[in-house]
Amino acid sequence: MSNIGSYEVRLKDFNWSISEKELGYKPGNTLNIGWYCSDRICLQGKGDKLALLWESSTGAEKKFTYHDIRRASNSIAAFLHGLGIKPEDRVCLFMDKVPELYIGLLGILKTGAIGQHLFSAFVDESLFVRLDNAQTSAIITQKKHAPKVRKILDRLPRLKHIIIVDYDGKTPLREREVPFSLEKAVPIDHFDVYPTQAESPSLLHYTSGTTGQPKGVKHVHYSLVSQYLTSKWVLDLQEDDIYWCTADPGWVTGTSYGIVGPWSMGITQAVLDAGFSAEAWYKFIEKYRITMWYSAPTAIRSLMKAGNEVVKKYDLSSLRHLASVGEPLNPEAVIWSERIFGKAFLDTYWQTETGSIMISNYPGMKIKPGSMGKAFPGITATVLDPKTYEPYNVTGKIGLIALKPGWPSMMRTYWNNEEAYKNKFKNGWYLTGDRASIDKEGYFWFVGRDDDVINTAGHLVSPFEVESALLEHPAIAESAVVSKPDPINMEVVKAFVTLKPGFAASTDLELEIMNFIRKKLSPLAMPQEIEYVESLPKTRSGKIMRRILHAKEWGEEIGDTSALEND
Amino acid sequence: MDNMKDMILKYVIEEYMEEGGDPISYDTPLISGGIVDSFSMVSLKRFLENKLKISIPDDQATPEAFDSVNKISDLVKRFVK
Repeated sequence: MSNIGSYEVRLKDFNWSISEKELGYKPGNTLNIGWYCSDRICLQGKGDKLALLWESSTGAEKKFTYHDIRRASNSIAAFLHGLGIKPEDRVCLFMDKVPELYIGLLGILKTGAIGQHLFSAFVDESLFVRLDNAQTSAIITQKKHAPKVRKILDRLPRLKHIIIVDYDGKTPLREREVPFSLEKAVPIDHFDVYPTQAESPSLLHYTSGTTGQPKGVKHVHYSLVSQYLTSKWVLDLQEDDIYWCTADPGWVTGTSYGIVGPWSMGITQAVLDAGFSAEAWYKFIEKYRITMWYSAPTAIRSLMKAGNEVVKKYDLSSLRHLASVGEPLNPEAVIWSERIFGKAFLDTYWQTETGSIMISNYPGMKIKPGSMGKAFPGITATVLDPKTYEPYNVTGKIGLIALKPGWPSMMRTYWNNEEAYKNKFKNGWYLTGDRASIDKEGYFWFVGRDDDVINTAGHLVSPFEVESALLEHPAIAESAVVSKPDPINMEVVKAFVTLKPGFAASTDLELEIMNFIRKKLSPLAMPQEIEYVESLPKTRSGKIMRRILHAKEWGEEIGDTSALEND
Repeated sequence: MDNMKDMILKYVIEEYMEEGGDPISYDTPLISGGIVDSFSMVSLKRFLENKLKISIPDDQATPEAFDSVNKISDLVKRFVK
């Protein structure tokens, strides 16, 4: 029997107090996610239950019970406290998927500080703009990533502490660096958890938009109420589950459903700190007897590409429930997973800004392969006419996916950018920036983005950010960046460039430019293709018309070109 | 010594590793070991194609085939004339 039971029944008389009651939270009480995910589970008598099963790419294993993560997060909190970290200070977690990345968040939250996970593949500029915008006080990292922080340290005067979790003493520590070892730290049985309230800030997650720099999405401790109930009803996490969320906590899925959701329910979760390999993933599922698997379409398509023969080598019979997030799950992937695993991946839809699942397919509900499913109980979702911002009163029309604000995990603002936050609302609706239609049975069908943001493997990339970085390359005069269809990643970054006099187009220059962006921003922002052009399509006022380049890449109608220069 | 493997190893160290990283060998897992991610794999493929004047079909440029210098060397040798 699934946790949600009947979706239709759950819709009736839904109230978020269902979640509050199960969590033992009463409005006005203190609410600290760090405490809820560790101390509370121990107080329920589950301290000896496994909280984390961790394995590295080399096969090294670590296991942590709830008592372990409670004490370890206390140790981290005490260490941060000793450094002078204060409530609402921003503390960044910049690591591979090591245990400190997960337990560290609980420690940060217990001090009342704000956790700021950043994807460990970020480099130079992408790392700098996010730390600078957040005015981050401390960063917790590994020695392999410390050089990236050192490169930008001079420009970050407010970054007071660089905490290295695996310092081995082989090289001297540099300016502002301090070692902290979870294994050597004395476990602390009691720490006075800071009495955060429902609206106290908990997390900053950075996301990319069409224009401007990445924006810091501010979440609060009350988001727990949404994350707990969606973990229970959508992911269907149950007492004996071994749960695997493949997302990195550098992205919101990795925190909402890779830390907060499962641990607030007292679930055992497994983490594989390794790059993608079909064999390694199947082996991991077999070894740890994974029962619930939350992954992403890009990974699923990569597994499909690896073929069906490899699946037969492993016993995957433990799998009970599968779900997917990050980008639309194509029907072929749903059908393939049902054939291969005996269970279909259920698509879920949400964003960094929403903090928890908004639209989803549910256990027991009829699945329409390729559909996003239906709104979570308590969530009012619709499709708006893009001209009037009013909901369509007929089904089947493509419009803007919009949500009625008010659910617990809704972002509270963009950090230091209230104007951008306000622009996300029209007519009392939160605009997701995505387009879809709704069929007669109320199922949502994803169509695409309503802006130029590129969704590559579930990660949003700002074309503006890549274009700006491209212009810093000595050979490039002008640049335009759009998405290009990709069978695995759904979309990848493609750049059109014009060259400065004295530079000639070549494959070597293309590789040089690719590596330039990879090292300046991140691997996922790196154009997978660069096309040299004589000129870029522009309006008469000189604005580059990405729309035309995008249409060309996707084989779509170019549309109105009346504004085109020299047309 | 193998010139092909040394050339690939040198490029991986220079392009994808930070200073002070642990030493790697021909057998070190690159993709599953997190040294080269799936996005960066595209630039590594492009490097090999440019350097060796070959074309590696996308369906053969898999994470498994790029998972170590030895495996990459085995792959590209099939396309070098």
